[in-house]
Amino acid sequence: MALPRITSPHAKGSNRTQQVMLQVLLATLPGVFALSWLFGFGTLINLLWASACALGFEAAILALRQRPLGFYLNDYSALVTAVLLALALPPYSPWWLTLIATGFAIVFGKQLYGGLGQNPFNPAMLGYVVVLISFPVEMTSWPAPHRVGLLDGLQHILGIAALPDGWTQATALDALKINKSLTIDELWAQHPAFGRFGGASVEAVNLAFLAGGLYLLHKRLFTWHAPVAMLAALALMSLLFWNGSGSDSHGSPLFHLLSGATMLGAFFIVTDPVSGATSNLGRLIFGFGVGVLVYIIRAWGGYPDGMAFAVLLMNLAAPTIDYYTRPRTYGHRKPTRGFKLGE
Amino acid sequence: MASPSFREISLNGLWKNNPALVQLLGLCPLLGTSNSTVNALGLALASAIVLICSNTAVSLVRGVVNTAVRLPAFVMIIAALTTCIELLMQAYTYELYQILGIFIPLITTNCVILGRADAFAAKNDPLRAAYDGLVMGLGFGVVLVLIGALRELFGTGVLFANMQLLFGPMAAGWQVTVFPGYPGFLLAILPPGAFIVLGLLIAGKNRIDQALVERARAKQPDAPVQSRRVRVTGVIE
Repeated sequence: MALPRITSPHAKGSNRTQQVMLQVLLATLPGVFALSWLFGFGTLINLLWASACALGFEAAILALRQRPLGFYLNDYSALVTAVLLALALPPYSPWWLTLIATGFAIVFGKQLYGGLGQNPFNPAMLGYVVVLISFPVEMTSWPAPHRVGLLDGLQHILGIAALPDGWTQATALDALKINKSLTIDELWAQHPAFGRFGGASVEAVNLAFLAGGLYLLHKRLFTWHAPVAMLAALALMSLLFWNGSGSDSHGSPLFHLLSGATMLGAFFIVTDPVSGATSNLGRLIFGFGVGVLVYIIRAWGGYPDGMAFAVLLMNLAAPTIDYYTRPRTYGHRKPTRGFKLGE
Repeated sequence: MASPSFREISLNGLWKNNPALVQLLGLCPLLGTSNSTVNALGLALASAIVLICSNTAVSLVRGVVNTAVRLPAFVMIIAALTTCIELLMQAYTYELYQILGIFIPLITTNCVILGRADAFAAKNDPLRAAYDGLVMGLGFGVVLVLIGALRELFGTGVLFANMQLLFGPMAAGWQVTVFPGYPGFLLAILPPGAFIVLGLLIAGKNRIDQALVERARAKQPDAPVQSRRVRVTGVIE
């Protein structure tokens, strides 16, 4: 038996920032395909324009901060922020909306705090929330699936033509939010495009993001704790407050798991190593908190989906969670947790 | 301690020790009422008037008030003056009084005013104290109005809307539409906008200061470089 002669070192340095970011970009591909299949070119245009804006902002602020441009642009972190943001924004959103969102994400969310690794908030979610509270009309006009032509879409992006009638459509979460008197079955019968559970065939998108997320989990880019805790909390909450199919129902657990930004959030946002908690127990608490908050905002809040707000709120809590969930250090019998008197 | 010169007082209040940009005092009204120019200007004027009067009054009684009870005494003076301003605004600018709401009585607790009373007016003669109140009020007010104008501009695309609330009916036409057809940027009007604009203003001021230091250094190229003693061990006497 001929053994291949391999010299040391045998371990490959595969954990560099650029590699990690590339894997994340790769894992978004199923979601990108699903969104493009549903909404046409809108997602791709969003992606390209957001990436261009993000790289531009990143380069500009790096130049202002007198940091090496090539080194920081090459880690692709700005690109990941741009991609996640572009996937969260409605397809065919106006060009200035994407510009403002990426600008706030990169400049205010990341670079003003000191760049990659220093940001207390998830930059993509920060940019998303800024435009969500500033431009609610544009942010809630999701196009109806399989309906938008490229030319119409481009005109909307550039702001030349007004929206054609019936162009946009309420998402299932919107419909559920404003529903007063219909039972769930009646509501779904009214909107044939809602698909089986998730609404507006968004369940396909969510399953695609789930596939991408499982790939990242398989590649061990993050541990299972945060996403599983988040999904479990969301399922638990929706199970607890699930009132069958009555008109006051907030939807079944399956509906909540497969609609809105659930899977994108669970595997691409909650797992952010910078703005999330760091210990395994901390990640469990962090993910659980996000799941509970998402459900609270969806069911009783003012917005149809609450992923971005939930993540930002838990980002605020992450340092405290870390403080109280420090793991046991080697040589100590018990972990040091929290503040000790007399220390 | 020698009394500071008027030039020094002006420089302190308007730039070097600006209450809003450097001391970061009175942030509550600064952030809370700066969502439009007219609100900001209204509160800036009210605060400045209270500040001038309270500084003068505190300086006049500074020899009489026991040091142990000086803070309650100063707060009483400031509260009395704030009540006067509140009643005046209620009488003459009623709508603005309603919009500013709780922030007018809160002038009493504005740290700039109590801070200047204790740090400056209690140690200086009435003329200097009044002048300090004027420039400090001006320094605070300019920043407040600047933030208000910027937030109004970015939030709604117009400037000087509703100025008749403060200046009477003749000011109704003062509104300037800077960006026609502007869709509005709600974040600037909401509380985060106040923090972001204030942060940018502070950054701008620090940048200007840095540029001034660099320019001054460039003018004296052969100034001896200060050597810094490195602490190795023990205590440096």
